[in-house]
Amino acid sequence: MTRRQIIVLALVLIAAAALPFFVTNYRTFQFTLVLVYAIALLGLNMLTGYNGQISLGHGAFYAIGAYCTAILMDKYGVPYWATLPVAGAICLLVGFLFGLPALRLEGLYLALATFALGVSLPQLLKYKHFEHWTGGVQGIVIPKPEAPFGLPLKPDQWLYFFTLAVTLVMFALAWNLLRGRVGRAMMAIRDNHIAAEAMGVNNAIYKSLTFGVSAMYTGIAGSLGAIAIQFVAPDSFNIFLSIVLLVGIVIGGLASISGAIYGALFIQFIPNIADEISKAAPWAIFGLFLIGFVYLMPMGIAGAIRMALARLMQKRQNT
Amino acid sequence: MDAFIHQVLAGFATGGIYASLALALVMIYQATHHVNFAQGEMAMFATYIAWSLVTAGMPYWGAFFLTVAFAFVFGVVIERVVIRPVENAPVLAVVVVFIALLVILNSVTGWIYTYTIKTFPSPFPAQPFFGQRYMSSHEIGAIGVTLVVLLLLYAFFRFTPLGLAMRAAAQNPDSARLVGIRVGWMLALGWGLAAAIGAVAGMMVAPIVYLDPNMMGGVLLYAFAAALVGGIDNPGGAVFGGFLVGVLENVLGAFVIGNELKLAVALVIIIAVLTVKPSGFFGKVHVTRV
Repeated sequence: MTRRQIIVLALVLIAAAALPFFVTNYRTFQFTLVLVYAIALLGLNMLTGYNGQISLGHGAFYAIGAYCTAILMDKYGVPYWATLPVAGAICLLVGFLFGLPALRLEGLYLALATFALGVSLPQLLKYKHFEHWTGGVQGIVIPKPEAPFGLPLKPDQWLYFFTLAVTLVMFALAWNLLRGRVGRAMMAIRDNHIAAEAMGVNNAIYKSLTFGVSAMYTGIAGSLGAIAIQFVAPDSFNIFLSIVLLVGIVIGGLASISGAIYGALFIQFIPNIADEISKAAPWAIFGLFLIGFVYLMPMGIAGAIRMALARLMQKRQNT
Repeated sequence: MDAFIHQVLAGFATGGIYASLALALVMIYQATHHVNFAQGEMAMFATYIAWSLVTAGMPYWGAFFLTVAFAFVFGVVIERVVIRPVENAPVLAVVVVFIALLVILNSVTGWIYTYTIKTFPSPFPAQPFFGQRYMSSHEIGAIGVTLVVLLLLYAFFRFTPLGLAMRAAAQNPDSARLVGIRVGWMLALGWGLAAAIGAVAGMMVAPIVYLDPNMMGGVLLYAFAAALVGGIDNPGGAVFGGFLVGVLENVLGAFVIGNELKLAVALVIIIAVLTVKPSGFFGKVHVTRV
């Protein structure tokens, strides 16, 4: 990292840490969700942006993470923080297993298969033989965690800091993973899988592992989301959740780590603004933005910022 | 046994609807190698138009044909305006545009018509035909309409110069262009036809599932399954797949796994076909030279 990047990062971190002391509880809650979405988007971006495997059903992994947490807390009394690694591990496994048959599917067909997963998910969650655990249509309500060690924080604030800490860890891990050998192999497979294979990259292992890690990220996001919202129900994990995640990575910026944050801000706050026009408006606006970005700004907000910075630097050098 | 026969026949009726939508998907796939994720929502939107016309007092069949014509124009316009610019873009961009279309149509419909569930009239009498008790007249009618659509399409592609030109444009765009076929317009026409077939499917399924902006989600999934079972580049296969999926869905839903898990049937079929036999029963096996 250059010095300038470190300074920017430090400023962002300070701002993020100070944020809950300056806004209302509700806003704090919304920013917690932004962090949750950012983790989920980072996961999807690894798969779709870096590895070129299109998933239209990542809401499924988000749901699995959320349900893991809810069931563990509700049925087994596990503390909320301890459910995260379990949810992550289960999603890693499920993602890896789903990734194995997905190996045979290229581009469009993988999109189809994952789309089917996303559409049929609510029905699977409502299945009556799972009802004992999942609570069926009613879902599960879970209690809100209080700040530990007598810290003078409101529950919303504590949850925000907890999520922020997890987010930082996840982003640091992803950054390390993606800038090194593994990340290069993932991008090589995306750009030309035959050439990558010829260079000694094991396509099968990398693709299914990417699927697993991506599912793990999204699952951990789901489990944080469940803790923040304190409720899981099948109908909140419909195909539109998966599409929201797709909107997030396309608008934030494909194959970009910071893009996950821009995308998360977008999908959290744009619907709030659009809701004032009509209940249906957020989706119409999402759709228009999607088409607009594909036509005009295929690298998303992150790409646009990168380009603007590059131009700025060039101007400065020229003068 | 009676119940079983009833389920199989009901499966044929819904299967015909899946077959129509699958056929629409296959038409677009053949011409452009894209899978139109918005096909279901386009059909749903057209069905709402039909509902408006019927509610405004138009006779059913008048509204039916007017809607089909509208859907055709709508499909052509979408191809020219929205799909054209990403024709040669990477798969992800195309998929994203289709998904965008899906959500736009879904939300605009919800905006205009609200999300309350509406009933949609069936053109067929309430009493079952011929005094039999296995199939309602709407089910028989839906099969009939599907078969008529298939025959018309077959005749169009087989016996008219325009149909021949469209087939040529889909099979070999470069040579087609050299003999003077306007390939771009043929693609647009294909989109129009697909949208029109989808509209028919929508109007046939609406009396069964009722009219609401999300009504085509499940139907589209079955249509995907149908298209894949038959081989995604084979129109006849799509029709076969449609009937097969319809029967499977009904019989499995009624006797094996229960109605709540019906969509999972589609999911399993899709994943099984894609992993075990991606070309389906009748599709071409693609060999890529490395």
